[in-house]
Amino acid sequence: MPILDSIDRRLLSEFQRDLPLEPRPYAAMADRLGIGEAEVIARLARLSGQGVVSRVGPVFAANRAGCSTLAAMAVPPERLEEVACLINAYPQVNHNYERSHHFNLWFVVAAPRRDEVDAVLDDIRDRTGIEVLDLPLVADYHIDLGFDLQWN
Amino acid sequence: MELSDRDLVLVAALCDGLPLSPRPYAALGTAIGMDEAEVLDRIAAMAANGVIRRLGIVVRHRELGYRANAMVVWDIPDGEVDAAGRRLGDCPEVTLCYRRPRRPPDWPYNLFTMIHGRGRTEVEAAIALIAERTGTAGFRHEALFPVRRFKQCGARYGLRAAAE
Repeated sequence: MPILDSIDRRLLSEFQRDLPLEPRPYAAMADRLGIGEAEVIARLARLSGQGVVSRVGPVFAANRAGCSTLAAMAVPPERLEEVACLINAYPQVNHNYERSHHFNLWFVVAAPRRDEVDAVLDDIRDRTGIEVLDLPLVADYHIDLGFDLQWN
Repeated sequence: MELSDRDLVLVAALCDGLPLSPRPYAALGTAIGMDEAEVLDRIAAMAANGVIRRLGIVVRHRELGYRANAMVVWDIPDGEVDAAGRRLGDCPEVTLCYRRPRRPPDWPYNLFTMIHGRGRTEVEAAIALIAERTGTAGFRHEALFPVRRFKQCGARYGLRAAAE
């Protein structure tokens, strides 16, 4: 894990939501942190390079800006890498994890429309010969305030 | 709310995040033929009506030491799932809480929560506490821990073809 100083930590903790909607948002963040705009930008670039920051921008509500589903497969262990690799290659797939369960491969498919999501799931079924559970969102019960980082 | 094609072009451009330059909304707009004011107005509208859940820094949990992100799945009676979902969704340790369909006979669970922690022991303790606190301990549930991450990036939405 990269070494983060107190400014990095404040940056990561305090700006996961309510990014200023004004022409120079990094300058507004800099004012709050007591540093310069260029330093905010440089720190964000470094944290992105280190993989700590995925991006600065919006998190879209699932099924509002497009259509997505959670999919699960029970893949024989000896085929897991092959199938995971095949799934990774779809640009519509944005998460793909092996998890400790009989259903051992879990991935998210997102696209502008539902028919494109269906086409990806059908294609994966056809190419692998393995059933795919399609688990689309029915209701969302969590209000996203960002991730509560504990620095200890 | 229906998004217009112009909104969808902006959504596609935003999937990679804002540029790290002094006027990021202007820079993003230049690439898709919108001025800075239009970009700001459209983002504000999508934030106000819930298309955008939040706007800010998106961190990678794993790189910050949160390596055990358990997906805890619950089998809650249909009549109680909304109330249970709201109680679980309010817990600070829970970062996602969705109702999804059951797929009998293979898949009996209808509520999905994501719980992050630094290690498996810590997460297992948190799950037990949360279940107790929210009155869901008596319902069948399982924790699925990550073994390998094959891919993780932002979702791709919007109309990319129209933008390019």
